[in-house]
Formats: sequence, structure tokens, C-alpha cells
Amino acid sequence: MISSKFSTIDGNEAAAYIAYKLNEVIAIYPITPSSGMGELSDVWSSLRKPNIWGSVPVVQEMQSEGGAAGAVHGALQTGSLTTTFTASQGLLLMIPNMYKIAGELTSTVFHVSARALSAQALSIFGDHSDVMAVRQTGFALLCSNSVQEIMDTALIAHAATLESRIPFIHFFDGFRTSHEVAKIELIPEEIIKQMIEEKFIYEHRKRALSPDNPFIRGTAQNPDVYFQGRETVNRFYDNCPGIVQKYMDKFFELTGRRYNLFDYYGDPNAERVIIMMGSGAETVEETIDYLKQSGEEKIGVLKIRLFRPFSIKHFIDKLPKSVKKIAVLDRTKEPGSNGEPMYKDIVTAISEAMTSDNPPFEKFPHVIGGRYGLSSKEFTPAMVMGIYDELKKDNPKNHFTVGINDDVTFTSLKYDKHFLKENDNVFRAMFYGLGADGTVGANKNTIKIIGEETDNYCQGYFVYDSKKSGSTTISHLRFGPNPIKSSYLIGSSNFIGCHQFNFLEKFDMLRNIVEGGTFLLNSPYGKADIWDKLPRIVQEDIIDKKINFYAIDAYKVAKETGMGSRMNTILQTCFFAISGVLPSDEAIGKIKYSIQKTYGAKGDEIVNKNFNAVDKTLENLFKVEVPAKALGKIELPPIVPNDAPNYVKNVLSKMISGNGDEVSVSEMPIDGTFASGTSQWEKRNIALQIPEWDESICIQCGKCAMICPHATIRIKTYDKKYLETAPAGFKYMKAKGKEFGEDTLYTIQVAAEDCTGCTLCYEICPVKNKSEVRLKALNMIPQLPVREKERANWNFFKELPEYDRTKLNIHSIKDSQILQPLFEFSGACSGCGETPYIKLATQLFGDRMIIANATGCSSIYGGNLPTTPYTINIDGKGPAWNNSLFEDNAEFGLGMRLSIDKHFDYAAELLISMSYDLGEVFVSEILHSPQKEEIDIARQRERITLLKEKLKNIKSHNSEMLLSVADYLVRKSVWIIGGDGWAYDIGYGGLDHVLASGKNVNLLVLDTEVYSNTGGQMSKSTGIGAVAKFAANGKSSPKKDLGLLAMSYGNVYVARVAMGANDLQTLKAFLEAEAYDGPSLIIAYSHCIAHGINMEKALDSQKGAVDSGYWQLFRYNPDLLKTGENPFKLDSKPPKIKFEDYAYRETRYKMLTKSHPEHAKHLLKLAQQEVNKKWKQYEKIEKEHAPEVKTENKI
Amino acid sequence: MDLSTKYMGLKLKNPIVPSASPLSKNLDSVKQLEDAGASAIVCYSLFEEQITHDSHELDYFLTRGINSYPEALTYFPDVEDYNLGPDEYLRHISRMKESVHIPVIGSLNGVSTGGWIKYAKLIEQAGADGLELNVYYIPTDPELPGYEVENMYVNVLKSVKETVNIPVAIKLSPHFSSFANMAKRLDDAGADALVMFNRFYQPDFDLDNLEIVPHLMLSNNWEMRVPLRWIAILYRKIHASMAATSGIHSAEDVIKIMMAGGDVAMVCSDLLRHGPVRITEILSDIMTWMQEKEYESISQMKGSMSQKSVTEPAAFERANYMKVLNSYKE
Repeated sequence: MISSKFSTIDGNEAAAYIAYKLNEVIAIYPITPSSGMGELSDVWSSLRKPNIWGSVPVVQEMQSEGGAAGAVHGALQTGSLTTTFTASQGLLLMIPNMYKIAGELTSTVFHVSARALSAQALSIFGDHSDVMAVRQTGFALLCSNSVQEIMDTALIAHAATLESRIPFIHFFDGFRTSHEVAKIELIPEEIIKQMIEEKFIYEHRKRALSPDNPFIRGTAQNPDVYFQGRETVNRFYDNCPGIVQKYMDKFFELTGRRYNLFDYYGDPNAERVIIMMGSGAETVEETIDYLKQSGEEKIGVLKIRLFRPFSIKHFIDKLPKSVKKIAVLDRTKEPGSNGEPMYKDIVTAISEAMTSDNPPFEKFPHVIGGRYGLSSKEFTPAMVMGIYDELKKDNPKNHFTVGINDDVTFTSLKYDKHFLKENDNVFRAMFYGLGADGTVGANKNTIKIIGEETDNYCQGYFVYDSKKSGSTTISHLRFGPNPIKSSYLIGSSNFIGCHQFNFLEKFDMLRNIVEGGTFLLNSPYGKADIWDKLPRIVQEDIIDKKINFYAIDAYKVAKETGMGSRMNTILQTCFFAISGVLPSDEAIGKIKYSIQKTYGAKGDEIVNKNFNAVDKTLENLFKVEVPAKALGKIELPPIVPNDAPNYVKNVLSKMISGNGDEVSVSEMPIDGTFASGTSQWEKRNIALQIPEWDESICIQCGKCAMICPHATIRIKTYDKKYLETAPAGFKYMKAKGKEFGEDTLYTIQVAAEDCTGCTLCYEICPVKNKSEVRLKALNMIPQLPVREKERANWNFFKELPEYDRTKLNIHSIKDSQILQPLFEFSGACSGCGETPYIKLATQLFGDRMIIANATGCSSIYGGNLPTTPYTINIDGKGPAWNNSLFEDNAEFGLGMRLSIDKHFDYAAELLISMSYDLGEVFVSEILHSPQKEEIDIARQRERITLLKEKLKNIKSHNSEMLLSVADYLVRKSVWIIGGDGWAYDIGYGGLDHVLASGKNVNLLVLDTEVYSNTGGQMSKSTGIGAVAKFAANGKSSPKKDLGLLAMSYGNVYVARVAMGANDLQTLKAFLEAEAYDGPSLIIAYSHCIAHGINMEKALDSQKGAVDSGYWQLFRYNPDLLKTGENPFKLDSKPPKIKFEDYAYRETRYKMLTKSHPEHAKHLLKLAQQEVNKKWKQYEKIEKEHAPEVKTENKI
Repeated sequence: MDLSTKYMGLKLKNPIVPSASPLSKNLDSVKQLEDAGASAIVCYSLFEEQITHDSHELDYFLTRGINSYPEALTYFPDVEDYNLGPDEYLRHISRMKESVHIPVIGSLNGVSTGGWIKYAKLIEQAGADGLELNVYYIPTDPELPGYEVENMYVNVLKSVKETVNIPVAIKLSPHFSSFANMAKRLDDAGADALVMFNRFYQPDFDLDNLEIVPHLMLSNNWEMRVPLRWIAILYRKIHASMAATSGIHSAEDVIKIMMAGGDVAMVCSDLLRHGPVRITEILSDIMTWMQEKEYESISQMKGSMSQKSVTEPAAFERANYMKVLNSYKE
């Protein structure tokens, strides 16, 4: 047997490791949680790493998963060994090609990190909904349950597909397994080579399309023969299980790791058996061992590995003959069916076996089916025990659920939630951190150290919340002498690290700690006062559970050692110093070794800085003396304010506090509908610094409010009489401008508890204090000391009335920013470049706005629970929002337009038919209202209110009908919003069609030039020379000019804007686009964390993009043709800086000068040429569109 | 006519040496400088601070925001290797050496003692014929006494001299309380040459935007008076070679520096304004002048108007100022 070496990697890497080595062409597209496999393949390819035949695979990003499947099909048909990686919606998009690939008996393996599907909501997390939705395509379905199994099974799948000619889906649980970091044995290349029988590769190539051996494949067949043709493949499916088993056997011979099509674990004479696929089976196996110790016998689990083609023979052979009751667990839901897919397959299999000549069981076993683990819902030993207990009953519940409380249709099994089972020889540690503080990075490193430097096995799993700013991370680490099977979160922990002091007030921090466990707290307080600063409940836990309590001021050490706000090395050192996992000295040596390995490529300075941090940590770490009694005065604050609505208090608050698992079915909406405006109740207090207004120098320009990504800077103008009840210290000044009366006051107020501290408001403020120029009209000050005061100010401010919008000149920045934003406090990144555009749209049109939102960043910060940012005004009006999918968003929005127009038309028809009752003049006024300006809209709203009053008094069918559609007589504004991944790539076909439709929709492209939400993969919007995932060597082709393409229709309003460079042009574009009665497209420069920029200085990037001529600002308004004006206005001035001076401010461009200096120079040159070319092109367009100057005929 | 000179132990065909500037960043312009007649070339500076900064910057931006959000655990591809150290600079020195025949002098701006030593050694290994220490340092700390700054200069020089075998020049600022003493101390510490003087970025104010604008003006001709004076004063009082840099724009300027006792005259601003060809013009003008005035060699004029060689040595001291005042009175 060839000895193999161990490595600590995650599931995606394990799959990619094999897939990369065994393929020639890899077609990819990003989708969570599978993106990692494509990203690794792209990097390896860029580093010229070869496959097992010494050749570097070609990695090609496509425009969608549909495109990837098409490319895979093409590459397979021309004889290349080809693979792809995907999940969820991506797999669904591949279905048509999957039928083709299988129908043509083509060898391939798709690696799938199985994920939930969008139904009542999107979920990025793991279950089997996607793979179960392709079980009918003709692909084989082979499942892996752990990181080691992923590597092993991937190889078996590749070997088997070549011989069997059946294409394979090799899948594993998204996140739980794809993202679990574990120590596994790498399969050496020699074994991989031995597993692959090359004669089948030659046969695969022989079947390829080639003009040298021409034939036709992919014909159209008629009723006479299609059916027969479909049946030709049967014997291949019959042979497939045997072939898979053959390679499993061969794999065992080569590695000693044994797999079978079905693997049984438990009592050979078991009477109660669970049947399932995926990581949960490992938990069952572990629980069986435990239950056996406590006397539970005659139980077992049957793990299905090859689900398609399903081999009844192999299945029956593995099932103990003693079995009486079976629970089949499906990790999917098939509403309306009489059972989930696997349950039905098992029932069928047993039924066929029992009705055969040789029935295997004395009595037909009692089979029940149940659902578990949807969207990565935890599946724990307690639930396993609950299922075995259920199977003890005479009439166990069929079609059950486990892991939730179904208090509506009562499907859920009851189980003892307090049943905790952890293996005593496994060390468990949990760490609570902030996204930005390096906690997860430190833990990943810790696992690597323990995994690679000791004999221990290890497991790391990381839980993140859905906020992109101030997000919480919880790391779960296990170490032990044997492979770790616990595929669930840690229930009882030997060690808990709390890396943020304020988490003590947010989470029940020590709930999971074992008695005598170790608690590490990052605390700004020293030995003398730390104890008194702890909430009382924490003090009690520490005393009651006899906890060893250590503390360090990690931020101080980080600052002193130049680590900034990242504490990864410091907290990792603390863990090793006090956990006892390794002898302290040995551990410190290993940390330093690992630092050298991790940071070596980034230079000695980084290495030394980290070394220094290690040494300083040990000097600053201290043990806290624990008193005998908890006399603390600090109580935990309420999760949401007391005046929050009931649903927020009772349900959303559970999700906010990390207890969403306790929400019952009855507490969830039946169709995914939630009330608007809930983000205001989640006071996150994540800003360390917030802006303070200096009214003495403010010029009321409104720029601060406009750029604020989180709508936390608000402006109101109001009558001075309201001041009477103002809290002390509430700031105001006299409102400037003739639109305001003498008594009108002006206030800029910050929502201190919602602010993220991004500083963009400070950066954009144009005023400088004459005595000290660093001070502006907004200055950043620490949040904590002013939190209470500003809370009172905010609460007063938000109750001030909104100014009459009909009296404002919304064409000015100043007045537009007095309009109430109806998009506030989202979870977007601090300093986000996208959200200011959305917020602006809601200020201008929010009270009559309907939004179709493509999946991506904007759908996550726009609609991810627990709380959402779209809100309502005092009249209860506000944006109505839905996210359909990624690929269909333009079409989704167009459908809304069609429907709204239809409602309007129908309402108009009814109005006309009721003219006599309603009054002809009144009806005419309604139908002919121009509804262009705010005042028109306001008048129309008044008319519709009156209309509804009138209709209530008219009892007729038409009246009732009109009442149901009357609101559509007020003009609605349809907005189709998404990022460049949608607009340039996956949704471009639909976007193009919608632009061509001539319908009145507004498309807003938040252009970050990468797939930001999935971690910065290249799109066709990415600029030439920029490094992105899937473009590790820098993108070599120029950015697609979406604006120019749209303009070619001639009847599409098109604008390219950059708020940070020219806010007035942005405002004009939004107003013109919305006013244009046809399709409008706004392409908005959106700076992004994925650019590798200093987010505080992001506006400089926007200016640089415009000043260099890279991002040309323009507006093309077909309406101007009617008045003989030039419809094209190039709003940018000619380039005044070089492209380089803009681009090399950003890591995405600059890093190429460090990784591929010569190539970077080459691409930079091309990029500058592209800028020059584009600028000339746009100048020419402006000239060409200039109206002809008519010369008078002189007589 | 013999234009040759000796500078920091290197025999040069004439006294015109382009000082560290962007012209040395490109091999084509380096070649043009040689073709135009430059007798040696000082490469642009390797800044230790820049290397450190680039490392920190890359590390910061590649790790900013990672491991925070489940769909985007990182934002950039994990490229395994970066060209972050001094490699590019060292490669450039080697390439310069390959493409020209004149001596190539490396230039280094360090921060830490370790950095000075490490990078000096690497520049020597890359093939540089000499090394110029560009001590680009503005002491702004009110707690830092002048003698510590002086010691820092001397210590840096000593450490580097102990490390490398190639000749080492040190480029100085004129802002020392006792420059002559400073020059002597550096001379004693083993400096092969003193380069006078470094010009710093001078911040300016933008009154429209109330911002500070970093600015480096190209030198004016009158600036050469400062090195002219100090070279004249130090001639024969120290052993190290002397180079003048700042404001040398013409043949007359070069001749003056030679007469003051300088070994080379370094040119920069004039080349940036007019291109490498300016060297040819200056050399030609020098020869014309020498012919007219019947000078045979540069060595003949070297130091001929230094403080020790003129009739009025005090002219280089305070009296110089007095005389200027007097001249106005006339």
C-alpha cells in the first residue's frame, strides 16, 4: 500500500483536488457553497499545475450554470475529460444538458455541494433539494458524508463514470461538509493513476465528434423510434452499480478505506434502522455507539452512497434481516407528494423484494419517512435518539419532521433537547468573534497546526450571520485521536473564547461550557476591574461551573504590535497558552512555524509583526481571580426596543439573538411574506465612531445624507414649534433656501445605534473649519460616550413630521435629501457603494415603487432575515420588494410592469364604464392626470382616495372590481435592481429582451465589476487588468460596454453614473430615467470591498475612475429627440489622470504588479489604450447626435 | 583633453553622473544616458519603507473583510507567490549592469539597521559597482536631540561599510548644526564619498481645497551654491570623494564644482527637463571652455578655488554674507 500524507482542508478542496487531477476542461460559474471548487481550480490552472497526465487543465468561467453545462456538454462531445462544480439553482439550470449528457451516455462527474432551493425564500445552506431535483435526469447520484469521503468518493466516481458511461453527480452536504475543515489523508497521485483505467479514456475520445471520423449525434426522432431509443441505455444502468462497487473494492485494496454502495453500521440483528444519505449519517453512527453503551441495542443505520442507479439487490443485502421498523430520512421536501423521494424508493425496494420469489424479511418492515436538516438545520444525537424512540412505538409517526416545532400540522417528533452527547476523548472549543477581527482565520490556522503538526484528527466548522458589516462568527473546533464524525455544532465545550466584550450582553456566552472548562475573554478591562464589568449572569456561570477564567486586552496588543484591528495571531496564541491542547512551549513554536508558512509570501515584515504579536500576547494574558459570589449589577438589555411591534418582539428577536431554531412553524408566514421596515428594531451598535454634526459651519448641501450607505444620516426641515419637546442638546439651525419659511428649522441627525462608522459622510463633507481644517461640518467621534444622548435625539428626530415633498425642489441634492429614505439600516458592508443608489431611488419614488431584485448582495442586504431594510412612510406606503432568482430578474420586473399596466387599463375601463356614477369630469381628471411631478402624484392620490370613498357607496360588481385595482391609477414605478453578475452575465439575455420591449421599467445595475456576493469572481464587467477570482492572472479582455449596447436600440434611456464623483448627475439620471416612458438603464459605479480598497477613501476611487476616463459619465435620453436636442450628454470631462493613477489605488489591479509584474505592465498598457479608445468613441457619439444647425437661406 | 576623474574609488571618464532619478527606471533611458556621455549612473532608490509598506498593504487588503460572510469568505484568488521584496530592484540593477559599460551605483533608503545591512548586501550581490546611502530622513520628534540624529547617520554608514566591499557614498542633508564636523565624522567612519545634498519633498498648501500638496520642484540653478560652498570648505579636509548634487545645469556649474574640489557633479533636473542628450551638450561646453581657457584636464582644476586655494578663505565663511550686503550698499 502506498503511504499517503495527511492534510487539513475543507470539503470543497477535497473534491477539487481529485476533479482537477482527472480532467482536461473545467467549466465553472460561481454559486454558494460550491464556488470554492472552481476558485481553487482557477488558481491551480493559473499556477500551471498539471493534472495526472502532466497537462494543465483549461478552466473557463461561463455566464451561468446553464452555460457551464453547455460548455461541459460540448467539451465532452469532443472527447475531453470534463467537469464542473455547482449547487442549488445552478444545478437546476443544468438539467436540460444533463438529460442530453446522460442520454448520450457520456462520462463525466459533476461535483455538487448540495444546497436548498429557493421556494418561499432563498437559502444558501445545505440540504438535498437540488440533487433530488435531478434524480430523474439519468445521472448517477453518489453521496459523500465527510471531507475524507469527498476525496475518496470523487475518485471512485471518476473511475466509475469512464467505465460505466453513466455521468455522475458526486454530492455532499453544502456548508456542513463542503466548508468543514478536517484532517484527511490525501490520495497520492500513484493511487489516482491506478484507479483510472486508461482504456476507457481512449474509448471516451474515440466516441468524440471529429471531422476525421464524422457522424451525426443529437438527431430528432419521431414517434416510431424515440421510445425504443430511450430504452437502449437500460443495460448501462443495470451494470453501473456493479462497476461502482468494483472501484470501491479496488479503492479499498489501494488505500484500506472501505466503501460500499450501501453501508450498514450497528447491531447485525437490529430491529430499528435509520436509512439516510449525507453527513447526518455520521451523527447517527456516533449516536449508535453511545446508545449501545447505555444499553440500547438492536439499532442501526444504513448509509446510502449510490442513490442512482438504485440497486435493490445491494440494498436488500445490506439491510439486517432482523429489521422490523425503518425510518427513512430525506433532507428535502416534496410538497404534495405522498412521501419524499428516498422514502418512496425504499418502500418500493422493500416491496419489490418482499413480493419476489425470495422475500428477504419474515414480515414486511414498517417503513416511515421523515424530513430533517433542511437548509443546514442542525441534526443532532438528540434528534437521532428521538427517531429511534419513535420507532419503538407501535404506530410511529409517518411523514414526520425532526429538528423543528411544527405546531400547525404536528409533523414534528418530540425529542429530549437536553440530551447532549460528546465524545470525552474529543477536545471541543468554541469561539465567538466579529467578522473583521480575525477569529475564524485564527481558528483555521489552529486546526492546521493541530492537524498537520500532531497525530490528532481535527474538525473546524464556522457559523456566520448574514450581515456584511459587524457580522458575528462562531467557530466550532474539535480535536481528538480518532476521525471525528460529529457533523453537528458543539453542544458542550471545553473551551469558550469570547473575542468581543460586548457579546457578553448579546449571547448566552457560557451556556455550552462544561464544568471546569476554560473561558477566554478579550477585554478592555484589566485585572482590577474586569470582574465588575461582567453581566451578572456571566459571573454566575463562571462561579457555578467552576470555570478557569482568563483575559487579555487583545486590541491593545494588536495596536501595539501593528496588527491593527486583527487579533487572529493574538487570540490563537492565548488559546494554545491556556487550553492545554498542546504543551505551551511546543505550541508557541508551532504557531511561529505556521506564521512563517502562512505569511512568508507576503514578506518578512508581516512574519515579524506576527512573531512580535505572539510574544507580546504571552506578556499580557492573565488569569482572573474569581470571587465566591456574583454580585454584578449589569443585567442583559432587551434584544429589541420595548416599543417594537409584537412580531418583532416575539419572533424576529429570537432570530436576532441566535435562537431562531426555537421559532415554530406557526410563527412563520405561510408564503414568505414579511412586514416591511424591521431593520429599525435591530439596534446593532456596531460603529466605534459616529459623525457629530457641527451646525455652526454646515452649508446644508445634503451630500452627507446622500452618500450615507445605511441611511443613518437624516435631514429634516420642520417648523420651530416642534422644538418645544426636544431633548437637551438636540441640534438645529435655520433652514436655508427660499422654499422654506422664516420659522423653518433644519437638523442633521445621526441614527447612532444604526450607523456603521464608515466615515463616507465625513469624507464627502465639502466644508472645512476655518480655524482647524481637519474639522468639517461632520466629524467622527467615539460612539459609546454619546450613545444614550443620541438615542434620545434620534427618537425625537424620527417623530418630527416629514416635510411636504411637493414643496421641495427634488432636482437639487439639497432638497432631495430632505425626502425620507425608505431603505434604511441594511446589513450591507460598512461604506457600501451600492446602497446609496437604492436609498436615493426610495427617497424619490419609494412610495410608489415596486422592486424586482436579482439575487446577489442587494438581495441579501435587501431581504435576508432576521430584519429587512425596505420600510414605509407615515402613510404606510413604501417599496414593495421581491427577489425571484438570479437569472430571471429583468423578466420578473417586466412581468410586474405588464401586470401593473393591465391593472391600470382595467381600472381605466371600469372608470369609463362608471363615468355616469362617478362624474365624467372626475373620471377624466383621473385618466388624464400627467403624474409627472410630485404635485401631480399628490393630486392623483387625493383623487383616488376620493374615488375609493365614492366606490364604497356604490354597490355594484364594477364598483367592487374597481376598488380592488383603484390604487394602480396612481403611477407605479417598477425598478429592476441587480449587480453586474446578473446584468452582464447570467441575466443579460433577459435584460436585453426587456430593454427591447419598450416597456416602462427602470433597470438599476449596481456595477461592482465582480460577483461581490459570492466573493469577487470575474464578470464581463470586470475591467481589463483587474485580478478577480476566476481571473487570477488578471482579466485579459476589456469590460463589456453595456451602456453602448443598450443605446443601440435608440429608444432606451441610458445613464452611466458614479455618485461619489458627480452626485448631481446621478440625481438627474434617476429622475430622468424614472420620468422616461420606456425602458431605462442606469449603470452605477459601485465601489466594493472586493476591490481591495480603503473603504473610507472609496469616493476617491470613484473620482479616479471618472477622472481617468475609465468610467465615462453620460446620459442618453431619447425624449430629447422630440425637442430637437442632443439626446446624448457626455457628463465627464476629458481624462485628466492616467488610468494607472486610478487603477493602482486598488488592490484588484495592483496585486498583479506583485504576482505577475510583466503581465501587469502589458495589461496596463492595453487598459490605457481601451480608455483612450472609449473616450474617443463617446466624444464621437456626442458629436454624431448633435442636432444639425440649420442655416437660414439668405436671399 | 583629459576629463577623467576618480569618485569613490571608481575611475570615471568624466565628472558628469546622473543622480538617482526616474530616468534610471527604464533600461532604454539608462542606455541613452550612457550614450550621451554619463560616466556612471546612480540608480533610483530602493526604499525599505516602500517594501514594508507594500507587504503590509497587500496583507491588509487581501485579508480585509474575509471570513465574515458565508458566501464570500475571501475576495481575491489565493495567489501563492508575490513579488514583494527587493527582487524587482535587484533584477533591475543586474539588468543595468548587463546593458551599460559605465559603473552602476545602487541607492538605498533604509529604515531599520537590519534593513540597511540586508539590502546593501543584496545590492552588492546584484552587481552594483558602488552604493549610495540615501538617508532620506526628516527628524520631527521634538524629543530627539541632534546628536542622536548624527549618530544614526554614522552608525548606518559603519554598519553598511562592515557589510559590503563595494565603495559606499552617503547622501546628506545640509541641515546639521556643524556640517563640517558631520562630514569629518562620516569620513572617519569610512565613507568613500559624500553626496551633497539631498533635496526633500516640500509640502505646499492648496488654498482652494485647504489641503497639503506634496511637491518636489525640479532644482533651480542657484541651489548649487550650497554644495559649492561646502565642497570648497571640505576640500582636502576629508579623504572621501565629494559629489555635488542640486542645481547643476550647465558646463559652468560642473566646472565650478570641480574648482571647489568636487569629484563629480550629479545632474538630474536638467536631464528630466531636456532629456539625456543634455549630458552631451554639457560635456561639449566643458571642453570648449577648457580649450578656450587652456585647461588640460579636470584634475588640473580640481580644488583650484577651494577654501584652501583662494586668497580670501573667509569668503566661504561669514564674511561671504557681509560682502553681499556691502555690495548692495554700493
